[in-house]
Amino acid sequence: MSDDVTGIVVPLRLEYHYTPGVAASRFLRHIAEGNYVGQRCPKCKKVYVPPRGSCPTCGVPTDEEVELKQTGTITAFCIVNIPFAGQAVECPYVSATIQLDGADIGFYHLIQEIPYDQIHIGMRVEAVWKPKQEWGPTTESIAHFRPIDATPERSGGTIG
Amino acid sequence: MSSPLVAPHVLEYNYTRSLGPTLTTFFTGLRDRKIFGAKTKAGRVVVPPTPHDPDTGEDIVELVEVGTEGTVQTWSFVPNPRPKHPLDKPFSWALIKLDGADTAMLHVVDGTVETGTRVKVRWRNETVGYITDIECFEPIA
Repeated sequence: MSDDVTGIVVPLRLEYHYTPGVAASRFLRHIAEGNYVGQRCPKCKKVYVPPRGSCPTCGVPTDEEVELKQTGTITAFCIVNIPFAGQAVECPYVSATIQLDGADIGFYHLIQEIPYDQIHIGMRVEAVWKPKQEWGPTTESIAHFRPIDATPERSGGTIG
Repeated sequence: MSSPLVAPHVLEYNYTRSLGPTLTTFFTGLRDRKIFGAKTKAGRVVVPPTPHDPDTGEDIVELVEVGTEGTVQTWSFVPNPRPKHPLDKPFSWALIKLDGADTAMLHVVDGTVETGTRVKVRWRNETVGYITDIECFEPIA
């Protein structure tokens, strides 16, 4: 019969409280002040940003804070063309792993102000902050990253 | 040292599923205020119906209507319902074996029950083809 119930929609909803922990909370509070602050391992000297409070290699606390420059290098990127539920940014957009100068690990952010077919691994980028009144303890205080050089070269060079 | 940040988060999405022939009959039945079970090769009636015979794994070919009254097999009382619970007053989760069925179905009973309590369906005013078309069961006075 055409009016049979052949499908159902099951709503799922989970409400919870997220805490980033002590180290990342410090990082986010620095972000609210306009600064990128990572942590350095006392043994291997690697700098982690965002910091997690300990070195995953050496297993020791990373108490020393290091303020980083707001320039870095794209180490990987993805042009997102497929929309999905709950997407925060309109397609197409570019999500990239950016290794800040002075850091030993990359983190995710958006790349804008450049045609997406010109983005490449090794590209030098800088943070573009939102207006100061919109800053808060979130990496969304940074609007996106953009190329430092308006006419990027396809160097394909090594990183770090 | 300042305390860690905390932020509320919500993870939410709708899961859309097609039902297949057996559950289509079950959910269409609910909309029409009837409850169907699957008749297995051995003659047992499984409610809610499974698409396959639990004994042999064969496709279920016959669905039969069962009663809208039944007997509580076991239960768990909820004195303080949470916001997403089906009733906003004290209720019992119960395994209910409907008349004509050989297995028990999990549903809600308004108030308290005991093992062996006879209960009947309370249909929602508007039925749409969903398990909550059965608003709850209620003890037969």
